[in-house]
Parts: sequence; structure tokens; C-alpha cells
Amino acid sequence: MSIQAEVHAATGDFSIHAAFDAPTGSCTAIVGPNGAGKTTLVHALAGLIPLRQGRIVLAGQVVDDPAQGIQTPPDRRPIALHSQHNLLFPHLSVVDNVAFGPRCAGLAARPARQRAEEWLSRVGLADLAELRPAQLSGGQAQRVGLARAAACEPNVLLLDESLASLDAETRTDVRHLLADIEATRVLITHDPVETRVLADQLLVMEKGEIVQTGTPEEVAADPRTPWTAGLLDINLLTGTAAGTEVALEGGLTLTTATPMTGPVLVTFSPAAVTLSTVEPHTSARNTWEAEVARIQPESDRVRVLLGAPVPCQAWVTPQAVGELGLRAGSRCWAALKATELTVREA
Amino acid sequence: MTGRATPKEPNRRPPIAVLVAAIIAVAVLALPLVGLLQRTPWSTLGTRLGETATLEALRVSVVVSLLAAAVSMVLGLPLAWVLARLTFRGRALVRAVVLLPMVLPPVVGGIALFFALGRKGLVGRALQNWFGIDTLIGTTAGAVIAAAFVSMPFFVITAEAGLRQLDTRLESAASTLGAGRWTVLRRITLPLLAPSLAAGATLSWARALGEFGATITFAGNHPGRTRTLPLAIAQANEAGQPEAAIAMSVLLIGVSLLILIGLRHRWIAPRTTQQKNSSEASPS
Amino acid sequence: MNRLGLGVLAGVLAWLVTGCGGEGKTAVTVYAAASLSEAFEDLAAEYEAANPDADVKLNFAGSARLAAQISAGARADVFASANGANMSRVVAEGRTASLPVLFARNRLALVVPADNPGNVTELEDLSDDSLVLAMCAPEVPCGALARAVLADAGVTANPDTEETSVRAVLTKVTLGEADAGLVYATDLAAGGNKVATVPLGPQIRVNDYPVVAVSDRAVAADFVDFILGPDGQRILWSHGFDFP
Repeated sequence: MSIQAEVHAATGDFSIHAAFDAPTGSCTAIVGPNGAGKTTLVHALAGLIPLRQGRIVLAGQVVDDPAQGIQTPPDRRPIALHSQHNLLFPHLSVVDNVAFGPRCAGLAARPARQRAEEWLSRVGLADLAELRPAQLSGGQAQRVGLARAAACEPNVLLLDESLASLDAETRTDVRHLLADIEATRVLITHDPVETRVLADQLLVMEKGEIVQTGTPEEVAADPRTPWTAGLLDINLLTGTAAGTEVALEGGLTLTTATPMTGPVLVTFSPAAVTLSTVEPHTSARNTWEAEVARIQPESDRVRVLLGAPVPCQAWVTPQAVGELGLRAGSRCWAALKATELTVREA
Repeated sequence: MTGRATPKEPNRRPPIAVLVAAIIAVAVLALPLVGLLQRTPWSTLGTRLGETATLEALRVSVVVSLLAAAVSMVLGLPLAWVLARLTFRGRALVRAVVLLPMVLPPVVGGIALFFALGRKGLVGRALQNWFGIDTLIGTTAGAVIAAAFVSMPFFVITAEAGLRQLDTRLESAASTLGAGRWTVLRRITLPLLAPSLAAGATLSWARALGEFGATITFAGNHPGRTRTLPLAIAQANEAGQPEAAIAMSVLLIGVSLLILIGLRHRWIAPRTTQQKNSSEASPS
Repeated sequence: MNRLGLGVLAGVLAWLVTGCGGEGKTAVTVYAAASLSEAFEDLAAEYEAANPDADVKLNFAGSARLAAQISAGARADVFASANGANMSRVVAEGRTASLPVLFARNRLALVVPADNPGNVTELEDLSDDSLVLAMCAPEVPCGALARAVLADAGVTANPDTEETSVRAVLTKVTLGEADAGLVYATDLAAGGNKVATVPLGPQIRVNDYPVVAVSDRAVAADFVDFILGPDGQRILWSHGFDFP
């Protein structure tokens, strides 16, 4: 385990109570509405906020244990934090910002700079090395901030909305970068795709507490709160695009409205899927026969989880379940309009 | 980042009354200087300024004011940090006491220094016993203490204001990247504070350069040791040698103006970089 | 603001605006050397007592500064200087309405703090460099006198501080910060019991104080006459001045 955390902490009159573990090299995504205490939790891990009770062990090092009087300052923890405000040092050039962590870790000026340049090129900003932070756009500053934290090459990398202000294209690149980093990562995000693609484990926080834990798929299949459902109610498939045809990993080929080439992510809302008992003849470009994996009634609708060949969810009304005779193990036809699909580079 | 939509171009023509008042204010401040320059014996100025006594006073002035500014920085920065960062009972009182020398008549300051550091002062006996310092009268050390007494508040308030403006999140960010306290201080806090420190140091240096009352009262008037330009000017004036006094005044004004002009840029130009950086990328 | 507040404010304003009284009286403005301060305050009080219509306004400063102010056109009626040089300058510039007359003499005095920490017993002791010695600067009358006296006695003294006013010398001795100071005999009273005097023996060197009527107003000449008259001389003598 790289992270064993039991956190009882407070800022002002807001307090959080959260416990979770994360294996070495894993990625934990923290999601939750604004004001849920996500940043507070991450700041507690970083040592910016003292614990009232509990215990934090990072990479085998007990960094917080108020009962034993242990409270390690941020610089002596095996972490690096990228804050959502970036907080680049305005008096240092971009490359010196990124080299800051390596220098603090004891690297000499030259190797530190080399490492900084490597990370800058990994976030695609090698040519901005000599600029000042004030000369960067919001997205560039965010990538520099991320590179600065990553260049510390810490055991535990804490990322507070590190992709929030990136455009779609850069976002994909940075997401790949984050996926490749060896560190144990803890990531605050609002993005369902990011969550699904990056996270091995998902923590849902609301009002200072962790309300649900699990793999993204587990949580998406059974969201415990409306907010979680709202965030995760999205079907995500991976495949390979050739023009407007996407060959899914499950064997099916989907037609999309956006021509692309290479590996892609396809997303669509559960509301976009229509179900019928016989093969439909509609304008929808994509139809397939599927097996019902599970039926899960919710307050005013029913969530139908489809199994092979395309694992995805569909919403139907309670009446439709009866009319179609849907139950676990039964078969039905699914239809999906090409225009309902969002395709992006994987 | 807010948009750049200024509602309406403001009226460019300033109100007449404001202009008139501003012109009067400049006149009040500048007219005495003009008067002084107009009475300056320019033809003999070079000779007068070249006199040994004048050069000596200039040297003492520079040495004393630089040392005083250095003392102000070394002692004033920790004080400014305490005032800006720590919350404790009586902080307002401490700040008031620290700033008091700015409003105190310098002569009173000089007498007060006697009561503190003089032979019969609060710690004067200790100075004598521990350091063998019998008197500070007629010593450069005494002149430096007097000048630091009146000039340190200028450094402290400037540095404190700078520290308060400083975004402490930058210091936290540095610590989460592995920087210890001293590294944060050396590589983040001090560099970011540099403009304020430079402004404070320059202000306190300028104040020390013009210091008269506390110096002559506490450290006396000794050529080559405590006789700074202001003391030499007063002495020449008292001795009925206005030309010599004017010549040295012109010298002092020249040096002070150079300092203040050098100061202006740092004083007025804010750190735009930091503001931009910290206000962007707020989460949606 | 309530009525009481207004009343107080009005009172304060009235006090600020009216300032010192003296309306309807004949003002006579006297510029006098700093060393004459106490003596001239007594003189003025007695003169006003004898002439109820008169209002004496006193301005004390170093003689050189006063002379410079009069040269620059200051409206003085009477000028009393602590030495001849500054007087000569004013007279030479044609600023005066009469010729200067000597009205008092001042002797030098050697003062030490009451407990005499430097153990100073005679003028010769001042050559000891470990002594903290305060003197007037050579450019001011008391400094010139002190140097002349030291030279006569063949004593080489290095003052630790050269003050521009004799009272600053006295202050440093009074506070015990200087071991010895050379001041005027007339300053001794101001030192009170905090200072002791070291006898200097008979002195030939003295400072001569001339006075002159600057303006041609009758009251100016009258005040000069009062200084030179028996009452004026008695007051000056009581403050330690010698007769001219």
C-alpha cells in the first residue's frame, strides 16, 4: 500500500472524515460536488492541513499521527502537489519553476534543469522554457504546474483538477501522460471520462465524507447518490476508428458522425439508447442484439445494464420494462443514433 | 480573469480644481528648493564641495546612512515578519511603538536614546560591563544607532506591507514541492519580497541620510566620526556661513534626489505577474 | 453632534484662532543670543511691568542665525549678540538704527556632572583623551572663547562632540553623558544641582555682548536704554553676566 489514510481534519468550521487505501502505482480519483472537501483531503495528505485525529501513512512513512504527536511538514513527505491554482512562482522562468522540485531534492543545477526540460517537453511546452509565468495562457500555466509537480518524481503525486482548463486535444495528451506516470496518483476531477480512463479506484465525497468507493465501473453501475449518478451517467467504449466507422473491442462496429482515425473513446448517454424486442427498422445507424445483465429500478426510471457484445447502460421507463419483458438474462435489441455519439482520441 | 470590457472611456479632462490644488502643492514643496538653488553660489560650488571638511562630512554621511540602512534591514525584516505573520495580543501596540520614531521629534529620540543606551541609561551599564563601551558620544556607532532609530520604521512598514501582499499559497506550494523553511525563505519569500525590501531599504537609507536631530543629540558632532552633512550644514548655518551651508545642502539634495528617483520605479510598479498567475484557472 | 460638543468645538476654535493676547499694546521684537535666554526673559518681564503698554516679543537663537535673519529682512527692533562679529555684519549692512553698545560680558565655565565621574579638577585635566568632553564648535562664540582659553593655558583638548549651541553642551553634562563641558558662567544656573563647577581662576578672556536698536522706533531705543540702565544691569548681573 502506498497510501493508508484515515483523515479527520478541519478548515475553519468545515470538517472532513475520510479513510481510504491506495496500492502502490495506482490512481485514485476523488469526485464530488463543490465544497465536498476534496481539496481539504488532498491538502491533508500533503501536510498543508494538520489532522485532528487519524493517521496517514505514505509509502511506508507515518507522516501524520496526532496521537503520537507526529506531524510531518509537506517538504518531508514523499509527495508533490499540483494545486488547482497552479501557483507558479512569478519570479522564476518556466524551466526554473519546473526545476524547483528537483533542486529541492538535492539535484545539482544542471541535471535539475535537464529533468525540467524533459518534463516540459512531455507536456508539450519545451519551447516556452524561458518565459515567465505571467506570459503563459491559463492552459499553458496548468501544464507547467503539472510538469513542476511531476518533475519531483514523488512516490505520491497529488493532483487537484490538473486538467480543468485544458482544451480537448491537450487534455488527451496530458491524460496519457498521467496514465504513464509511475507514482501513486490521487486526482481530483470533475470529468467523467478522466475518471473512467485514469482511475483504478474512485472516491465519491459529499459534505466532508466519502460516500462511495469502488472501481469507476462499480460506482457507475450503482451510483449511491444523485450527484454521482449525474456525473457518471455516461457510457464509455473504446475502439479503433477508420473514418466514421469505429470497431469496438467487443467486436461490434459503430457508425459515428465524426470521422476519426486510430484509437478512440466513444461516449453516449444512457438516454440515447432505445430498446426493443425485435430488430428495429429506424433511422438509427447502430443496432445490435444484447443480453440484459441487470435491471436496476431507480426513483422514476429503470437502469438497464446490457452485457455482451457492448457493455453499456440504458434508461427506460418502468412501463417499458414490463412491455418489453426485460429481466436479467433476457435478450433485446438496442438502437443508437450516430449523432448521439461523441468520439474523441483515446 | 475578468473581461476587458471597460464600461465607458472616462472623461480625459481632469477637474480644474484638482489641477490647481496639485500645482499649489508642488509649489509648496518645490519652491524652497528653487529658492535654495537660486541662491547657490554656483561659481564657487566646486571649490566648496572639494573642501576636506565637506568631503569628510559626505563620507561620514554615506557610511553612517548605509550602516543604518543595513541595521534597519537586518533587524527590521524579522520584525516585519512577526508583525505581518503572527497574531498575538498587543500587536497593534507593538506596531505603534515601532512606528513612533517617525512622528517623534528627532531631538526627543536622541534624549530617549541616552536614557536607554547612555551611561545612566537602562542598558548603558550593561554596555559598559560587557562590551567596555563607555560612551557612544562622538562615535560612528552612536551616529549609526541614532540614524537607525529614526529610519528603521520606514523599512519595517514597507517590508510588512510587502509581506502582507505576498501570496502565502506560493510558499505552501514550494513546501509541497520539497522546499524546507529556509529554502522557501531564500528562493520564494525573499525574491518575491525584493521590490518591497528595496523600497524599504531605500526609504530608510534616504531618511538616515537626512537625519540630524537624534544624531547631534545622542552621538554629538565630531568631525570624521559623527559629523554628517546635515550636522555640517547646521554648523555652517549657525556659524554665519550660509554659502557653505547652501553648497552642502545642494550636495545632500542631489544625493537624495538620486536615491528617490531610483526608488520611484520599484515603489510604483506593482508585481503584475503574481496577480495574474494566482487569479486564473478557477474551477468551474 | 450635540450642543455641548458644538460649544467645546467653538471654544477650541476660538482659542486656536486668537492665540496669544497683546492687542492694543506696543510690541517690541527683541532678537537675542541663546545664552541670554533666562536673563532677557526677566528683563522683558520687568520692562513690561514698568511699561504696561509694552509687549516684548523675544526670539532666541544662535547669534549668527539671528544676524542672518536680520540681514534677510526680519522685522527685529532690537538685536543682542553674543559676539562682535555677528553684530558687525548687521551694522555693516546698514540694517541698524543706532551704533552697537556693549552691555554685558560672559566668562567661560568648566562644568562636570555632580558626581564628577572623570575626576576633573582643573583645566589641564581636559587634555586627557579618555575623558568625554563636550564643547561648542569653533564657529560659534562659546566655542571660540573656549578654544582661546585653552590655548592661553597651553592645554590641547580633543572634544568628543562640537555642539552648535552652548545649551547642548550643558545638556550632555547634565545627563551625565559627558564628563566635562565648557560653557558660559551664565549657563550654570540652568544646570541646577546636576552639575558642579570647576574653578578656572581669574580670566582675561571674556565674551562681549553688544546690543543695537535695529528699527528706528522709539520703543527700540527705549528698550536698549533699559538694558544699559541700572535695572537692566542688575538683572543681567543676577544671571551671572559681568558688567562691560
